[in-house]
Amino acid sequence: MRIHFKTSYNHDIRLFEDRFTLLKYAVLLAFAISLPFLIGDFYLGETTNVLIWAIAGLGLMLLTGQTGQVSLGHAAFLALGCYINLILLDKGVPFIVSFPLAGVLTGVIGTIIAIPALRLHGIYLAIATMTLSILADDIIVLTEPWTGGVMGMFPPTIDIFGFEIERWTTPDRFYYLVLAVTVACTLFYRNLLRSPLGRAFAAVRDSEVSAAAMGVHISRTKMTAFGISCAITGLAGALMGYFSGMVNNETFSVVISIQLLMMIVIGGLGTIHGAFFGAFMVAFLPQGLSIAKDWVGSGSVAIPGLETGVFGMILILFILFEPQGIYGRWVKTRIWFELFPFARKDMFKRQKSYLKTERLR
Amino acid sequence: MEFIQLFVSGLANGSVYGLIALGFVLIYKATEAVNFAQGDFMMFGAFITLWLTNTEYFGISFWLAAPLAMLAMGGLGYLLDVTIIRRMFGQSQTAVVILTIALGFVIRFVAGAIWGHEPQTLESPLAHGDLAVGGVVLGMADVTIIVVTALLTFFLFQFFKRTKLGLAMQASSQNQMAAYYMGIPVKRVQGLIWALSGVVAAVAGILFASKGAIDPNAGLLGIKAFAAAVIGGFGSLPGALVGGLIVGVIEPFAARFLPAGYSQIAPYALLLFVLIFRPHGLFSQVRTKKV
Repeated sequence: MRIHFKTSYNHDIRLFEDRFTLLKYAVLLAFAISLPFLIGDFYLGETTNVLIWAIAGLGLMLLTGQTGQVSLGHAAFLALGCYINLILLDKGVPFIVSFPLAGVLTGVIGTIIAIPALRLHGIYLAIATMTLSILADDIIVLTEPWTGGVMGMFPPTIDIFGFEIERWTTPDRFYYLVLAVTVACTLFYRNLLRSPLGRAFAAVRDSEVSAAAMGVHISRTKMTAFGISCAITGLAGALMGYFSGMVNNETFSVVISIQLLMMIVIGGLGTIHGAFFGAFMVAFLPQGLSIAKDWVGSGSVAIPGLETGVFGMILILFILFEPQGIYGRWVKTRIWFELFPFARKDMFKRQKSYLKTERLR
Repeated sequence: MEFIQLFVSGLANGSVYGLIALGFVLIYKATEAVNFAQGDFMMFGAFITLWLTNTEYFGISFWLAAPLAMLAMGGLGYLLDVTIIRRMFGQSQTAVVILTIALGFVIRFVAGAIWGHEPQTLESPLAHGDLAVGGVVLGMADVTIIVVTALLTFFLFQFFKRTKLGLAMQASSQNQMAAYYMGIPVKRVQGLIWALSGVVAAVAGILFASKGAIDPNAGLLGIKAFAAAVIGGFGSLPGALVGGLIVGVIEPFAARFLPAGYSQIAPYALLLFVLIFRPHGLFSQVRTKKV
């Protein structure tokens, strides 16, 4: 067990706790960079998918895990990012400009949407965002001249100063692009948490009243959270468009929104690791199920709804038995070993709490 | 005349939305949680009735099957509360929301595994016969739906307002700890409300199945019922009914008068408007405490 004797505030908010942690993540990054040489194209594609989901998860995590605002409508922002990027490319804007711009514009639109949404709390916000996600489907069909509607759009080959990236012909280059965006987003997220803004997010999540008493501007903080979250999600959406090869109104359905929320819950709310663990879960579940079906011997039988059914069951088990998600389980296991044999059973016991109505305030 | 016809068919549809919304509101009123699986409850109730009634399955009388299905759904609701929901006691609304979404997925999967994914029709005696009133033709099913929904709303409203149990339910939602102090067995009360909302879901399912075919995805109707509950104001029983009727009536009119593509947006657009301008619904229950 490593003991950190913190002597200053800067010490407390260091990016990496100590050299060992830094080394761990450096090894992880080196492993991620060498991955295309280690595994085949199929699994590289799957890993790329995991990373894209992880970026989207980071986006939602910032809003739901960090600021405590539940959104069931982030697929709408995925779609927004994807379509903005594609439309800009269509107009002749180079990828190196259109991609960041897609993120920024999605963030701006997200902030504008957040203004009325700020009046809503908890469950009402969830329903309003879910409605947005349902409407996005219809809006994409209605704005057919730009979005291609039901016929969809086909993302062109990415061209960065003559360097061509395509998902199928050059999966390794596409992987590196996604990896770069993932690392950038993760570092941004991690740094944000150290800043006053990040602390304000956590304060708003834990108690709006106390946050306001400490001088946090609640609605401005929530709006910023919405904006940044939507921007990251927009980037993920643009990449998702490239990954799927063809996007139409059904690519980003409300089911994706729900899946995204469930993903971060399974991974562990409020943690960066959680977004990645959850993304692994979501991306590899279909593969795992088909392997399991082969194993049982009913590989060719298609069972509709099996995937969501199993996903739902896993989620129920997690909420009941490990509300902190995969990452929480990992931390608990680690601490058990670190403290061995002094870990106590009730160390992580949830505090008993009682609910009060939100209708009387 | 066309106007009235559209209006009445809207009323019937709206009553089904209203019934599902009643289920939402019941649970919200008594446990402060929102059951996203209510639509799937409805679907499951409809399938149990169909399973008991249709000749290719059990083939017993509809009038026997309907109460049995209600009983079964009540039991299922209670069981779900005892085994799963109760473990979340005192946790935040959000956790319960995510839990019930997951439950909905599982229920849909189970229904698909048992009854398949083909749409099936309930052999319901309500499905036949028309009622013609001055040129307006009404299906028997539509009339029954409207009447049953109105009655159910009335009785549930009275139940919450007048009976001891109804008051206990409201109290346990407003402040769980205070309700305990007053001697209310909060957990048992919550179990009862889940059972009650299961029964309401079964009624909605039976009536919905009398109007047309059902398949495991029929539960997605719950999303429209959400719109109904929110428009009416979560936590208000008459509000749920009114919200359901508004959504139901808007739909056929939007389909008739708006250009294609815009019509299915109408209920959701209305929902967003209500949320923005009157965030707690038309029959708002939010009051600010006076000090």
